[in-house]
Amino acid sequence: MVLSVSSLTVSRAGRPVLSDLSFDLMAGQALRLQGRNGIGKTTLLRCLAGLQPPLAGRIVMAADSLAYAGHADGVKLQLTVLENLRFWADIFGCWDIERALQAFELGPLSDRLAGTLSAGQRRRLGLARLLLTNRPLWLLDEPTVSLDDASVTLFAAAVYDHLQAEGAVLIASHIDLGLPAEVLALEPYRAGSTTSTPFDESFS
Amino acid sequence: MSLWEYANPRRFLGLSERLLPGLSVLSLLLLTAGLIWGFFYSPDDYRMGSTVKIIYLHVPSALMAINGWIMMLVASLVWLIRRHHVSALAAKAAAPVGAVMTVIALITGAIWGQPMWGTWWVWDPRLTSFLILFLFYLGYMALWHAVDDPDKAADLTSMLCLVGSVFALLSRYAVNFWNQGLHQGASLSLDKEEHVADVFYVPLVITIGGFVLLFLALVLLRTGTEIRLRRISVLINRGRMT
Amino acid sequence: MIALLQRDLRLATRAGGGFGLALVFFLILVLLVPFGVGPDTAVLAKIAPGILWLGALLACLLSLDRLLALDWEDGALELLATSPLPMEAVIALKALAHWLTTGLPLVLVAPVLGLMLNLPGAGYIWLTVSLALGTPTLSMIGCFGAALTVGIKRGGLLLSLLVLPLYVPTLIFGAEVARRGAEGLELATPLLLLVGISCGTIALLPFAAGTVLKMNLR
Repeated sequence: MVLSVSSLTVSRAGRPVLSDLSFDLMAGQALRLQGRNGIGKTTLLRCLAGLQPPLAGRIVMAADSLAYAGHADGVKLQLTVLENLRFWADIFGCWDIERALQAFELGPLSDRLAGTLSAGQRRRLGLARLLLTNRPLWLLDEPTVSLDDASVTLFAAAVYDHLQAEGAVLIASHIDLGLPAEVLALEPYRAGSTTSTPFDESFS
Repeated sequence: MSLWEYANPRRFLGLSERLLPGLSVLSLLLLTAGLIWGFFYSPDDYRMGSTVKIIYLHVPSALMAINGWIMMLVASLVWLIRRHHVSALAAKAAAPVGAVMTVIALITGAIWGQPMWGTWWVWDPRLTSFLILFLFYLGYMALWHAVDDPDKAADLTSMLCLVGSVFALLSRYAVNFWNQGLHQGASLSLDKEEHVADVFYVPLVITIGGFVLLFLALVLLRTGTEIRLRRISVLINRGRMT
Repeated sequence: MIALLQRDLRLATRAGGGFGLALVFFLILVLLVPFGVGPDTAVLAKIAPGILWLGALLACLLSLDRLLALDWEDGALELLATSPLPMEAVIALKALAHWLTTGLPLVLVAPVLGLMLNLPGAGYIWLTVSLALGTPTLSMIGCFGAALTVGIKRGGLLLSLLVLPLYVPTLIFGAEVARRGAEGLELATPLLLLVGISCGTIALLPFAAGTVLKMNLR
């Protein structure tokens, strides 16, 4: 098992958004988070990535096993495509930059400054970083924003390869990537107004 | 019954509402008694004449300026370690009171300094470190003001208070090193050598007691206000969600 | 870990990186001082160590709000937080990069500006030594301030308000070393105190700043 979540409650700005959420993610499995805007997809992913503490519940995963991709790519506009990728390769200690370039068809762009790329190309660069992390669990927050159909196919292929290599993927996305992904609808876990944080309880 | 029970806002409010009238009245009594005694029934100093009487405002306010920061430091530590919201709000509530105490100490010091040293301001170590302390208060309050999320604001200001305390202490000694200064020695100390005379001592202790109680009353009042503000925003949010 | 340092140095020297702006600011400040206090060389020589220290401090302050804000805006900080690099190391490397691009050039150019302010001959070596020991501390303290204010819109002014009081001990001892050096006085005490503050700050503040940054990322 790559990730195991049990009775998790997450909060945004001090208010619980999702409560009592439990699911497991196996190696080779993809799970798509589904729910309307503001339900807490991003909050859940940030929480799983360790960027914010959960309000309650348990998250079990191996140490250093996740790669997170949020709304912002962390792409430096003043550096070239290759320099951007080299940086992350160095940080994560993985040197297969060629594969990352090929998977997202960035080869011809590799000497261009990232600032001169289009939004979709920049997004592809951001996603190519995932291939350099060498980590089994990908947490992806709306990865297909500003990608065209051809790029989405590239991305889906990369995800598919990752799953074949015993990886696991958790995606918050509106569109179906055509992957054998199970869907986790978040609506039933929405924290009602009755759920309150310890803060609320003590203040009202 | 543990002290931490009062970390619950409701309990805290209950307690502070019971304490507040008593504290306020007692503080007012002590301040009136101490100041009247000090101003009209204590002798002039043989060197400083009647200007010495400002000591009854200057020393207590200076004391509370420092103690206010120490209280904030303790409250910040409690928030960082035990995450009691009341503690964070008490630190927030104490800052403006402490800052005002610092201003009072600085102004009374300047008024006292004019006849004594012939100048409103000298770059004396004590004066300078109080000015630095005032800047720390300002920065602390500005940070509280600038961060929207209350829990994050509490986290950040607590860390600032912690690190700031270390640097405030460093500055205190750095300033001492930098300029020896004109300021007299401590007015109160356990070491009898540099103690003020007993005729000044008794009213001074009374006014200090008054200032301590005044500080406590103000902090309790302001913490209560902060708690109610947070409660209102919780209720508004809840109303929005249903 | 070297990668982060390399990247920051490279970014600083690329277009819009702001490398050299602090130096120009320092130069302009020193140019303005004689306009403010008059061209009397005796007066200038007397205040030169203090002016140069103050100028270096302000030039250092100038570039602090970009230190973490850029990485915050493009999401790189979040990604670094989920990377194998500990946040304390990120902070320490950022401070080092800031010192290499801002502090070190200031140290190197300060003797030249000292010449323009008629700094006495004995003062050059101690001015350079005190700045070389003090400016890393300024970068580290600035990094802590930047970590505190990183999520705040237009936090630049607040950053100055928070950081300047923290600069007081470093400025006092650093300027004291430079002044005593220029006047040929004994300077071991302030020098040792400056070294002490520098060591303490650089050893401990990355942990405080790392904690603050993690709090800010929540």
